[in-house]
Amino acid sequence: MFDVSFIYEAKDVKDAIKKLVENENSEVISGGTDVLIRVREGKDAGMGLVSIHNIAELKGVKKDSDGSIIIGAGTSFHDIAYNEIIKECLPSLGEAVDTVGGPQVRETATIGGNICNGATSADSASTLVALQADIVLEGPNGERVVNIKDFYTGPGKTVRDRCEVCKCFKIKKENYENYYGYYFKYGKRKSLEIATLGCSVLVKLNASKDAIEDVKIAYGVAAPTPSRAYKAEEFVKGKKLDDKNLLDGFAELALSEMKPRDSWRASKEFREQLIKEMAKRSLVNSIRRAGGKIEYYV
Amino acid sequence: MSKKIITLHVNGKDREVAIDERESLYETLRNELCLTSIKKGCEVGECGACSVLLNGRCIDSCIYLTVWAVGKDIVTVEGLRDEENDDITDVQKEFIKQAAVQCGFCTPGFILKAVEIVGHNKPYTREEIKKLITGNLCRCTGYMNIVTAIEHAIKHNMDKLGVPYEVAPATTSFDIPDSEKDKMLEGVLAMQDNDVTKF
Amino acid sequence: MDYIGKSNLRVDAYAKVTGKALYTADMAPRDSYVAKVLHSTIANGEVVSMDVTEAKKIPGVIGVFTCFDVPDVEFPTAGHPWGLEPAHQDIADRKLLNKRVRLYGDDIAAVVAEDNVACDKALKLIKVEYKEYPVHTDARSMVQDKDAPLLHPNWRDDNVIAHTSFKSSPDFNYDEAKKKAIAEYGEDNLIEVVKNVKTPRISHSHIELPVSYAYVDANGKVTVVASTQIPHIGRRIIAQALNIPWGKVRVIKPYIGGGFGNKQDLLYEPLNAWLSVKCGGHPVILEISREETIVGTRTRHPMDGDVRGLATKDGKLLCRELVNYSTNGGYAAHGHSITAKCAGIFQNLYKNPLGVNSEAYTVWTNAPTSAAMRAYGVPQAVSFAETLTDDICFKGGFDPLKFRMDNLCDENLKAGGVEFYTYGLKKCLEIGAKKIGWDKKREEYKNQTGPIRRGVGMCCFIYQTAVAPIALETSSIRMILNQDGSMQLQTGATEIGQGADTVFTQIAAESTGITPDKIFIMSNQDTDVTPFDTGAYGSRQTYVAGNSIKECGKLFKQRICEYALTIEDEEKLQGKKVEDLDVCDNHIVDVKTKEQLVPLSKVALTGFYSFKHNQHITAEKTTDITTNTFASGCTFVDIEVDMPLGIINIKDIISVHDSGTIINPALATAQVHGGMSMSLGYGLSEELMLDPKTGKPYNDNLLDYKIPTAMDSPDFKVEFVEMKDPTGGYGNKALGEPPTVAPAVAIRNAVLNATGIGFNEFPLTAQRLVHEFKAQGLI
Repeated sequence: MFDVSFIYEAKDVKDAIKKLVENENSEVISGGTDVLIRVREGKDAGMGLVSIHNIAELKGVKKDSDGSIIIGAGTSFHDIAYNEIIKECLPSLGEAVDTVGGPQVRETATIGGNICNGATSADSASTLVALQADIVLEGPNGERVVNIKDFYTGPGKTVRDRCEVCKCFKIKKENYENYYGYYFKYGKRKSLEIATLGCSVLVKLNASKDAIEDVKIAYGVAAPTPSRAYKAEEFVKGKKLDDKNLLDGFAELALSEMKPRDSWRASKEFREQLIKEMAKRSLVNSIRRAGGKIEYYV
Repeated sequence: MSKKIITLHVNGKDREVAIDERESLYETLRNELCLTSIKKGCEVGECGACSVLLNGRCIDSCIYLTVWAVGKDIVTVEGLRDEENDDITDVQKEFIKQAAVQCGFCTPGFILKAVEIVGHNKPYTREEIKKLITGNLCRCTGYMNIVTAIEHAIKHNMDKLGVPYEVAPATTSFDIPDSEKDKMLEGVLAMQDNDVTKF
Repeated sequence: MDYIGKSNLRVDAYAKVTGKALYTADMAPRDSYVAKVLHSTIANGEVVSMDVTEAKKIPGVIGVFTCFDVPDVEFPTAGHPWGLEPAHQDIADRKLLNKRVRLYGDDIAAVVAEDNVACDKALKLIKVEYKEYPVHTDARSMVQDKDAPLLHPNWRDDNVIAHTSFKSSPDFNYDEAKKKAIAEYGEDNLIEVVKNVKTPRISHSHIELPVSYAYVDANGKVTVVASTQIPHIGRRIIAQALNIPWGKVRVIKPYIGGGFGNKQDLLYEPLNAWLSVKCGGHPVILEISREETIVGTRTRHPMDGDVRGLATKDGKLLCRELVNYSTNGGYAAHGHSITAKCAGIFQNLYKNPLGVNSEAYTVWTNAPTSAAMRAYGVPQAVSFAETLTDDICFKGGFDPLKFRMDNLCDENLKAGGVEFYTYGLKKCLEIGAKKIGWDKKREEYKNQTGPIRRGVGMCCFIYQTAVAPIALETSSIRMILNQDGSMQLQTGATEIGQGADTVFTQIAAESTGITPDKIFIMSNQDTDVTPFDTGAYGSRQTYVAGNSIKECGKLFKQRICEYALTIEDEEKLQGKKVEDLDVCDNHIVDVKTKEQLVPLSKVALTGFYSFKHNQHITAEKTTDITTNTFASGCTFVDIEVDMPLGIINIKDIISVHDSGTIINPALATAQVHGGMSMSLGYGLSEELMLDPKTGKPYNDNLLDYKIPTAMDSPDFKVEFVEMKDPTGGYGNKALGEPPTVAPAVAIRNAVLNATGIGFNEFPLTAQRLVHEFKAQGLI
């Protein structure tokens, strides 16, 4: 049994917000794969849980008339990974969320929970950062939209107020159309992993597919929050694919923008090596998916 | 906390149970409905021993609140049955035949996952099967024979669907033909048979 | 043979695939109280005081018990047979709850409550005051600190449990041997490798957590139902811990969800029994968490060994040395026996013409207790021996296969009462080399450059079967004939997933002539019912209990035949003597013609209900074994190393085992798969890490403690070299543990082949690889 003071199943988002406001010592629970574990560890023991688990309006993926993709915050990783719209428009996001934990966890864990818990290791985060997703939050004072670049404030911390419910993620057409992406997760095992490092790249090639028109690169666990490497992006924009310094320059700059640290999980030296190598491989794979030719040993 | 009466749809039947809202589905199914095939291995969604099928898909019942499961279809190994042939399912038979069972503690979780996989009606390769079962940990088998058992269960299904599918060849010269395993399985099933007309 | 060497399906498979097999937690009474343990938050020191006032006030709490309340009795926990001589008894160094804290997470109090939430709440409210001492988590630093406080002053004057040197001769000295070698061969003609090798602290990671429930039955008997490999030993230990007569304890072992040696110690069962006694005999369940299991039960010993070896430039191994510091953690558990076994295997795996010294320290430290884990010190032994061999080969330019063929121990090896009654080691090497394509790949993988490289590697081992003659080997078997001619088979030897019940059934069928479908083996050991056997460990059961079943079967069969001759109206038995009869396929048969004379069902029924000669046919036999035969084998592996990421991908892997006659090839193969998988963990990903300053574990859960998943597991290949061993009941030798010895080191040696870097710290994590590749300028 979980040591919580109550579990309230909210009927809809407004009902959830009302309950959160009424009970200071309460929090939102969605898929439960993080919150229930924290309760078990004693960290959130004694709190009240306001469940948005079964709220239908928070689930599903759809495409707006303007081409924006809207992902309900309560959509499970499995349902994102196997969604036809995601496969067509945001395949690298689908691949990223298909690396979270194991299959069972992906059935219940939600993308909203993954982002709102503020972890830099969240597998969906780096790709959403690369996609410049907007996050729609609703609280007692109504709705607001926060871009993901402004969402994280520190390890495990976000701008979301305790009484706000994350409703959905919006990805604008211009941020995914003609971009090809790759998510590289590095863990100690091939599955059931928390990322030692995650790297997501999106690339857009020119019409002749021999030069980079635009690129986005974002990391998880390379810094306290999921982070873009803007200088690296600028460096490769406009470069030809056969540019000798393309990959090394990209990787070196990306590293210069990250703040990897030493911990028992991985040494700084190792993380630095991963940051560079994963930048290269993610870029190479993205370019190849975009139809470009680039030489690399893998 | 006072108990609350809810109805769960488990193994094809509506079951009324009095629960504490703070219970996990793992606790309710085991403690209230005596479905002890569901096992505890980690309590944090890492080992898959507590897997149950929820609307046909495996979830970890240790990190799933019972109250969330109301109105959903729950299946545990106790509820598996090949109704058509009044027999255990092909997945279960293959786990027996391919020596995919050792201590047996993770087995119910793997079987439910295998049932889900076979139900996809897709001809998965060994590597694909491995990815699909990574939510279940096993320390006895090295997964080798579990993957083989699932391959064979898929094969039975593919045969029914008329889709060509070949299982990978054995990796030891000590393997015996499937027909011999089938014969031995008949013996195993016969030992379970207590039909009065047969003795 | 009719039933030996056949791939019978498991006798318990149906129960397990249908979820009907009941494990300990499945059987606990629904009104059981729940017990939880309070663990220390320091790694070395003393509990000065404890305040439980607030904890006791939590609704639902039945009792709070502290280290100040437990009996003043220290008890041993190892699953070893009891020794009649005090010198052969295990070190009794632990109480049910301990004031003297020796590791982070030591057991200092327990709460019994109506549910787990009340337990958790109460645990949080217990106030503890400690006195702290400095922390040493590893053996070497503990030994070096001469001022380190003694962890067990009742037992030793320092923190060293034991220090032994196994030498080729009492006066052997490596440096002297080296001088001799220089004199004989010249310094230029010698190759020496000197290095340090470290092995990881491994968690057994059986999926079923250690769990027990205890109650006092209606007759005052303390009853413990437990997930244990050693029910009969458990009875003794629980009685010792509670200081009550042994016969007053009853241990029941249901199906168990893996043990791998962790459950070859008594863990929380004695505390569980005591808590029930303290709660008026009410059932109390004590089911620890994964975190508690990883830290607070047992682990594989981390070892830290200085290794040296000398060979001539034409590939003759001359002498070797191992000085090994083995971290035993806070409590003695199995004492020195594991490190000593490691030392023995290092010593004996090769011929050492100029001698060998294998020296071992087993040291109490402020770390999780190390004890038995599958293969009992031998994975570490080959981590020392077989990395040394490949380093010598690398330095000398020798083919590691040929070097082994020339220098490995041969069929004449006799060591500590163990010998090769059959010797298949080199045959295993031949098969493994052929299957992996050794010669071709060694050639192909020469002079590689670039970031992705291939390599092949190998590792071999020898392994004792059972624990004789160092320790007692004994097993009792009971056979009972049912009215219908079927039989019951009872033994204290335990099924823990390895397939013992199936193999026992096959052996019983072979020895009695009763078909396996009519043999009902009692899988749940109950010390009040099943006869004495020490349990599942040491790859002993098929050898020891197997021999005992064979002997008991003979006796049983003889009694059946003798009784049959007393049946008056059996025409076909007229004039026959007992030596004319045999039992085959559930019938009394003519021993020569195999003609079926009378069905067993008739013999049995007559025996039960005859007025004239009433005889319920049973047999019981105790067999003790004093022989011990070496099993052996090897692993070959072909890998790819992705150097920039430090990733090792296994392309092909095969293990070949010399385990005598294989009783059930399908189950044996499955055993080997599991052992190989476990060794992959040791080689690539598993290590329980502690903060060296505080002794606090970093990765005490299955997310951060990395056992292989299905995706990490390649398809394993397995072969056997079958030579009928004269000492095994049906020619069999050890197989339970050996599969987990060699693969890790074979992988390490393949990395050496691929990259020229010999790694000396296990597991070979990507971080270690990247660090070394960078240091060597390879990436």
